[in-house]
Amino acid sequence: MSVKSIGDYSFTPKDKVENFHGNMLVYMQWEKHLSFCAPLAFPLPPDMPFGDLVAGVLAPAYAVHPDSENVDFEKGEWQLNNVPFTPDFSKSLQENGLSHKSVIRVRTPGLEGLAGADSAAG
Amino acid sequence: MVRTVSITLLNNDDSRPVLQAIEQDNPDCEIQHLPSLIKVDTSGPLRINRGSVEAFLGRDWEVQELHLSLVSLSGEVDEDDDYFELSWGKR
Amino acid sequence: MTVHKRTKKMGIKERYASMTRDLGWETSYQPMDKVFPYDTYEGIKIHDWDAWVDPFRLTMDAYWKYQSEKERKLYAVIDSFAQNNGQLGITDARYLNAVKIFLTGVSPLEYAAHRGYAFTGRHFRGVGARIACQMQSVDELRHAQTQLHSMSHYNKFFSGMHSRNMMHDRVWYLSVPKSFFDDAMTAGPFEFLTAISFSFEYVLTNLLFVPFMSGAAHNGDMATVTFGFSAQSDEARHMTLGIEIIKFMLEQDEANVPIVQRWIDKWFWRGYRMLALVSMMMDYMLPKRVMSWKEAWEMYFEEAGAALFEDLGRYGIRMPKYHEVATWEKDHLSHQVWSTFYNYAGAAAFHTWMPNDDEKSWLKDKYPDSFEKHYEPRFDHFTAKKEAGERFFNGSLPMLCNTCQIPLIFTEPGDPTTTCYRESEYKDDKYHFCSDGCKDIFDYEPEKYIQSWMPVHQIYQGNCGGAELEDVLKWYQFDLGADNGDYHDSEDYKMWTEWSESQKKAT
Repeated sequence: MSVKSIGDYSFTPKDKVENFHGNMLVYMQWEKHLSFCAPLAFPLPPDMPFGDLVAGVLAPAYAVHPDSENVDFEKGEWQLNNVPFTPDFSKSLQENGLSHKSVIRVRTPGLEGLAGADSAAG
Repeated sequence: MVRTVSITLLNNDDSRPVLQAIEQDNPDCEIQHLPSLIKVDTSGPLRINRGSVEAFLGRDWEVQELHLSLVSLSGEVDEDDDYFELSWGKR
Repeated sequence: MTVHKRTKKMGIKERYASMTRDLGWETSYQPMDKVFPYDTYEGIKIHDWDAWVDPFRLTMDAYWKYQSEKERKLYAVIDSFAQNNGQLGITDARYLNAVKIFLTGVSPLEYAAHRGYAFTGRHFRGVGARIACQMQSVDELRHAQTQLHSMSHYNKFFSGMHSRNMMHDRVWYLSVPKSFFDDAMTAGPFEFLTAISFSFEYVLTNLLFVPFMSGAAHNGDMATVTFGFSAQSDEARHMTLGIEIIKFMLEQDEANVPIVQRWIDKWFWRGYRMLALVSMMMDYMLPKRVMSWKEAWEMYFEEAGAALFEDLGRYGIRMPKYHEVATWEKDHLSHQVWSTFYNYAGAAAFHTWMPNDDEKSWLKDKYPDSFEKHYEPRFDHFTAKKEAGERFFNGSLPMLCNTCQIPLIFTEPGDPTTTCYRESEYKDDKYHFCSDGCKDIFDYEPEKYIQSWMPVHQIYQGNCGGAELEDVLKWYQFDLGADNGDYHDSEDYKMWTEWSESQKKAT
């Protein structure tokens, strides 16, 4: 639907990928770990290996969580844009199907937060 | 469902005679004292009569002086020289 | 005792009409549509502006007389508060973090409202509506100024209150209230009144002002209480404008009903999302609590709101869309929001802390279905970390909702363990939302929200002072180390502890 207006109402989106200096926005979350209040947002190069995203971005972001000691994200259940997917950790983000403003989520059964998956403790 | 008509006033010198007038002229109203506020609820119209306020206050009073003590209200407003009335459904 | 008979020539109704309505005219040198170019494009049809019922009949002489009386009384109290070190009367310096949120998040909205009502006060072709809006514009400017004056005394001693205008424009969590009002101000005059006069100042007002003002009263904040009461009688006039505009639009033409319903849905949801800040204030930030967010929601929305919408049912209006989601969230909202600001304490201009044992008992009592199971284990963990010298700070920026601009901290309705994700695609780009309510708002007018100035994205574009957090906080005008961080590590806490000690010694 278009905006009711008194004249032409057409604008450039503020967050087009060109504005991010060669990076694209990627959102990521370690599910059930809601002591981290929201999914995280990062500007990342599309040609970054997926394995580097996991080891160099996701894992450090959650490092202070007690579950981090024992986690192996590569064995987790992954979703890309709310659809289950199996990442190829040696290929790039782009090759794995990620694009600007993609959402990746990982669940690690057995490691589900401070008081378990039912708790929301995080 | 009967909708409550309500007025809430500050608990101060300005509102005291107004509340006395309300109580006198609206026998079915319920008055609640909250910290520094007074809430008046009733099911029918709530009417503040200038003459009654002046009788309690001891001087001339303008209906619009109510603005100095008014906190909140619920109902449709009918404002005149000699009274202020709140009600539902007269529209 | 006889009542003096007044020898007035005209009654109040006639006097008011002669000084307002009767001064309007149908233009002949220019067509009315050219003189009033903004009041038809939204699609609202008005056939008879004379059917407008003036909520109150204040002429300018009476307006200035009563407003100046209110000002005299208010400033006498403000002076007395400052002269008598009123800041020592608050329960505890933690309370002032609620005042910081109010000053940076709400007071600038009063100023924005002033501008919005000045605009609508020019652009309605109905005289009655113009007069009501013009008076409200002056009222709102008064509120912006009186709030600043009332709270200025605290600024002499406590952190986070020195740069409210800059912070409102730049700081990440303040884009939530800012974008709310920008959205309203860039709408047409009828939507603006539905958004602000009706949804905000009538439907939801008790969920903003009552918590702040009663919170102030319970915690010894005489300055805010006095401002609150002083403003409240202005608010009574504003409320009546809200109910008048809704009924007027609905009565003028049946075609207006679906437009008004859509606005009611949108602005209920945007207003409700903004009130998330109030929920956390009520449940976590008041050393002496008044009532829980859950109780306030039940009283002011589930009961009072239901009665209101039942009344509007005769026009074909129903309860706002997703109200049942808001009602489900009442058990979770404040805990999720507090947790968020605890996560990001390093980047907020007010302090956060973990509840003590008494406070946890209160929370368990008020939230028997949610606190112990879902949130206490998290807060106990945070407390243990603090005590071990490893206070938790989330070092990564969050994903934000494109409409309300809050991080995606809300959970799937019915499941507090799973983040609620919603998404839309528009002209080859993805957009993300915290809820169905926010997604619907985007989907209806995407060209508006693709323009959202989203703080996290702007930081990553390099528009916020630099790449490092410290650069961004400096750009936010933070007094680093003083404005931000945990309450128990703050200068506010240190100073309060010293004052309390010296008060004890004196007695």
